[in-house]
Amino acid sequence: MKQKITEAHLDEEGFVQGVKDCLPTVLGYLSIGFAAGVIEKTAGLSIAEIALVSLLLYAGSAQFILAGMLLTHSSISAIIFTIFFVNLRHLLMSAALAPYFRHLPPWKNMLIGSQLTDETFGVAIHHTANKTMLNERWMLGLNITAYLNWAIANVAGGFFGQWITNPESFGLDFALPAMFIGLLVLQIIHRKNWMVDLIVALSAIGLVVGSSYLFSGSGAILIATILSATIGVIIEKWK
Amino acid sequence: MEIRYEIFLLILGAGIVTLIPRILPLVVLSRFQLPDWARRFLNHIPVAIMMALLAQEIFVPTFHSSKFFAALPAFAVAILTRSLLGTVVVGILAMMVIRHLL
Repeated sequence: MKQKITEAHLDEEGFVQGVKDCLPTVLGYLSIGFAAGVIEKTAGLSIAEIALVSLLLYAGSAQFILAGMLLTHSSISAIIFTIFFVNLRHLLMSAALAPYFRHLPPWKNMLIGSQLTDETFGVAIHHTANKTMLNERWMLGLNITAYLNWAIANVAGGFFGQWITNPESFGLDFALPAMFIGLLVLQIIHRKNWMVDLIVALSAIGLVVGSSYLFSGSGAILIATILSATIGVIIEKWK
Repeated sequence: MEIRYEIFLLILGAGIVTLIPRILPLVVLSRFQLPDWARRFLNHIPVAIMMALLAQEIFVPTFHSSKFFAALPAFAVAILTRSLLGTVVVGILAMMVIRHLL
């Protein structure tokens, strides 16, 4: 009997409710996906490649990096390396959601994790209020809606991007730095840890400029990231 | 309308290095907890890497004044509107204007 009640309760927030809870984010990511598609097209990707990257990589910042670095003729290993570091933030989001999916077998957790994004994490963690676990069908509804929306937006942007022959004269090569600025500011505002974040950011500037005299582009990024994150840990301990 | 081999490899490689941090904690952490020091270190990674990548774009190998001046309105829009799309659009427009003025 108790089992039945739990299931009935979960049914109320099944797949369809997950789709509905995703809707507020759809318009925003439709626009960002469209912008990503335009940049990917002007970086030389075909529509088929744009569809593939939006389905297999499925990460806005990573796709901006991939397209932006292709535009500046970076090596494949440097692009993959940069994407790895930028997407390490998913570790924290995945870890934060893990307690709410303990009741699921590992393969279902893999499926849920593979579609983890900033937006779906935001919706899901908001949904965990007063709950000890999340319904996987609700999560699937949320995830699939966001996934399809993203792929459609990318391909639509790709078709639009066909008309743009010289991306630099439209300032499109600045899309990637602008994306970093947006993510950086949103992170710092959201975390409400101004002082420490600003010190970490200033350290990163100094360290990347200084170490680029000694190391290659990605080497300097790696050193600056690890050292300035360590500085952040030390300052927090010190306070 | 084709998929080139090296682009396929690039997408696959980028997809794999993105997939691992997405799924690993969800699969593993139902049994273990992330140690506190690791959590605090990872907490600073986003700000550290975004700033490092941005600084490299603007200051390395030399000071790129056009990128620096396009970054200013982008920062202002990010702080005032907290909109990612707005920031990207204003950054692109600022770059376009600067390039046509110079």
